[in-house]
Order: sequence, then structure tokens, then C-alpha cells
Amino acid sequence: MSNTPKHTGKASPEQVTYANMLFYGCWGGLALMLVTYLVYVTGILTPHVPLDRIPQLWSQPVGVYLKEGNVPHGWGWVALVGQGDFLNFIGIVLLAGMTILCYIPLIPAYLKRGEKIFAALALAEILVLLVAASGIVGGGAH
Amino acid sequence: MKMDRLSLPAKIALFVLSGVLLFAVAAFASGAATEGGAAANATAEVAQAAAQLGGQPGVAWWVWPVVLLFFCFILGIIAVLAGVGGGVLYVPLVSGFFPFHLDFVRGAGLMVALAGALAAGPGLLKRNFASLRLALPVALIASSCAIVGAFLGMALPTNVVQLCLGGTIMFIAILLLTSKNTAHPVVTKQDAVGLALGMNGAYNDPSTGELVEWKTHRTLPGLLMFIIIGVMAGMFGLGAGWANVPVLNLMMGAPLKVAVGTSKFLLSITDTSAAWVYLNKGCVIPLMAIPSIVGLMLGSFVGVRLLAKAKPTFIRYMVIGVLLFAGGKALMKGLGM
Repeated sequence: MSNTPKHTGKASPEQVTYANMLFYGCWGGLALMLVTYLVYVTGILTPHVPLDRIPQLWSQPVGVYLKEGNVPHGWGWVALVGQGDFLNFIGIVLLAGMTILCYIPLIPAYLKRGEKIFAALALAEILVLLVAASGIVGGGAH
Repeated sequence: MKMDRLSLPAKIALFVLSGVLLFAVAAFASGAATEGGAAANATAEVAQAAAQLGGQPGVAWWVWPVVLLFFCFILGIIAVLAGVGGGVLYVPLVSGFFPFHLDFVRGAGLMVALAGALAAGPGLLKRNFASLRLALPVALIASSCAIVGAFLGMALPTNVVQLCLGGTIMFIAILLLTSKNTAHPVVTKQDAVGLALGMNGAYNDPSTGELVEWKTHRTLPGLLMFIIIGVMAGMFGLGAGWANVPVLNLMMGAPLKVAVGTSKFLLSITDTSAAWVYLNKGCVIPLMAIPSIVGLMLGSFVGVRLLAKAKPTFIRYMVIGVLLFAGGKALMKGLGM
């Protein structure tokens, strides 16, 4: 049974919290991505895969790109974060991780209101996204 | 320079001119001979440049990111004016006209759709056009299935995925042509599932100043539809606004503004799960993904400003035409033609 309060047309407090977290995380991630990209293409940090090699690889299946470019999959990029191309993954991962972070405050907020179903839904979503992010499911690319 | 101060023809001329200039730069860098005659619009110019450069191994590395940035900028404008997500245009067009393998196009397509959805999310949530109560159950189903779709897309042979992509894109074009969304669907009685999940809410409509209350019906069949939507989003890297909105609006009875807002917000969750799969598989190449994201987001901002003056109906039909063309091209690629 739902404990939904009478509607006023205003967003619920947990929805506003989610929105605020998303706003700062998203724009922060995009700004970071832009900065790291400039560092990358201007050659301030040497890339792992040389820039002029990439156009020869991006028309091939991902398996060829990983093999020929000696590119790690999964979280292997973390070890190479000091190199121009992999530096970009900080911003990309921040964008891809924002939803997980934004979901966390939903659990105590729903539990406080006695909405156990929604707290469970939020927890399940975090677990699904963490499984996807972990890279523990699935084999290699073709 | 403020875009508002320019007339619409001047803006269009500016885009066309920029397209021609970029095409010239791309052709110069590749050493390819350019043919005379101006193309009808900037998108066609860039696509033509892309097609011409496709088989040129000696192209400088910076050419493609620059072409992609400009292409996605225009795509962002068109997507906003046509009322579709960027991903649904990005994947078929970039895979059709650029030399990137479909694996990387889908990876970048998901990042493009994800970035757009994340940026739109805060405003939609605060205005209550996106509802967490509606989104949470739907998102759990769609994002779980998007992971399955992503793996399916990675496991199947590229030509099979191309074929399915072509068929899906053509289906989307027909859906855009025929679907008639309803601003305020009549929901006389909320069903048991919708009631149990508290899938209802209200928003203040700024155009009328009224408080619009809503509730869902046919909730279970609607939720089941998100299994298919999630799989397709993950498999093709398309985003899935084109499917979310009709299901939320026509099937489940959410008002159009809530359906559109919640759909956009939903993409930020659904695409996150699929994006992680593509990221972990190495399908995101920053050199091409980041100009795509930045170009599309900048284009979306300009598109929103142009929205007041442009003729969305014409652009919508143009996009439907482009999708049919791109879908046909993907089908032909899948068939090895």
C-alpha cells in the first residue's frame, strides 16, 4: 500500500536531492571530460595508443582494437590513467557512475517514510548497475 | 555573438557555410578531390565528406574528431527540433557514413544518449515532469534488460546486428509517422499494480497554470513492455525515448509532459547499465566519443533556442525521411550490399 502524500505539484524532497546531485555530477563530469580531452589531443600527456594509430583501428571490431592497440578491457584502464587517452576515462566513468551515486540517498529517504517497496527497488537498481559496472558478467568481445 | 539576434535564414546560412568549410578542410586533409556543386544542407555536406573519406587510409587523425564534432552539433539541433533523442539519429547515421566499426558507434551512441539524459534530468525532476515514482520500477526492468541487450549485441555477428538495427530504425520512423500521443490521457481507475506502487503524481503546467494530477493504468503490461525496450536500447546503443514515450503515455496513461520528462530521465538509468557493458568491453574510444558528446550537447542548446522559430513539423518529416534512409543503409550493410 502506498503512503503517497497529497499532491501539490512540487517535487518530493528525495527527488530534489537526486536532481541536485545529478546537476553537479553531470556538469562536473562533462567539464572534466573536456579538460582531459584537451590534455589528450594537445599531447600534454602521451597516449597509450598513438593518435595516428587509432584511425587504423576504429574501423575494426573491438577485439582487434584491444589486441592491436594493447588496450586493457574492464577496469584495466585504471593502471594507465596517467596516459593521455585513458585520462579521459575519469570524466566518462563519473558520468556513467552518477546514477549509482544519486540512487544511494533514496534508500534511507524511502525507508524513513515507510516505503519499503521503493527502498528495495532503489537498492536493487544500485546492485544491477554495480554488477554492470564491475565487468564481472560476460565474456570477451567479438 | 548572440544567436537570438540572427534571423533564421541567416542562422541556416551560417550552418551551411560552416558545413561547406568543414567539408573543404576534411577533403584538404585527406588529399581527396572535391567535386563542385553545393549540397542542400550542412548535414548532407558533412555526411558526404564522411563517405568520401571512409576509404582514405592517409587521413590525419584530427580530421574525424573535427568532422564528428560538427556533425553531432547539427545532429543535436535537428534532434531537438524533431523531438527525438540524439542517440536514435547518431547510431544509424554515424555507422552509415563514418568509418567507425559498429561496436564503437554503439558505445559512443550510448554515451551520447546518457550525457544528454543526465544533463536534462535535474530540470525535469525539479519541475516534476520526470517522476521518480514512475521511473523507479520501470528503470529497474529496463536497465536489467539493457545489460542483456548489450551482451546480445556484442555476441551476435555484426551483420546480424546491422540487419536488426536497420529494421528497428525503419520501425521507429514508421512509429514517429503514425503515433498520436495524447496530452492528457483519460485514466478512470488506477489498476492494482499502479496503486500498490503509488504510481501517481501531479505537476504544475506552466502553460495553463493548472495543477495536473495523473495516475497510471495498464501498469503491468506497460512494465512488461520495458523488457523489450531495455533489450533494444542495450543491443543497438540507441537510447529508447522513441519507445518509452508511447508506452508511458498511450499505454500507461501518463500525461504527455510526464511521459516525455520521465522517458528522458529514464534514459539516464537504462543507458547507464548498457554503457558500463560497452565501457568494460573497450567499445568507448575517447578520440571519437568525446567530440560526439560535446557536439551533440552544444547542438541541443542551440536547438532549444531555435525551437521557437523553426517549423518542427517539416523537420520531423525530414528526420523520418533520414531515418528511413539510414535504416535502409543499415539493412543493406547487414546484407553485405
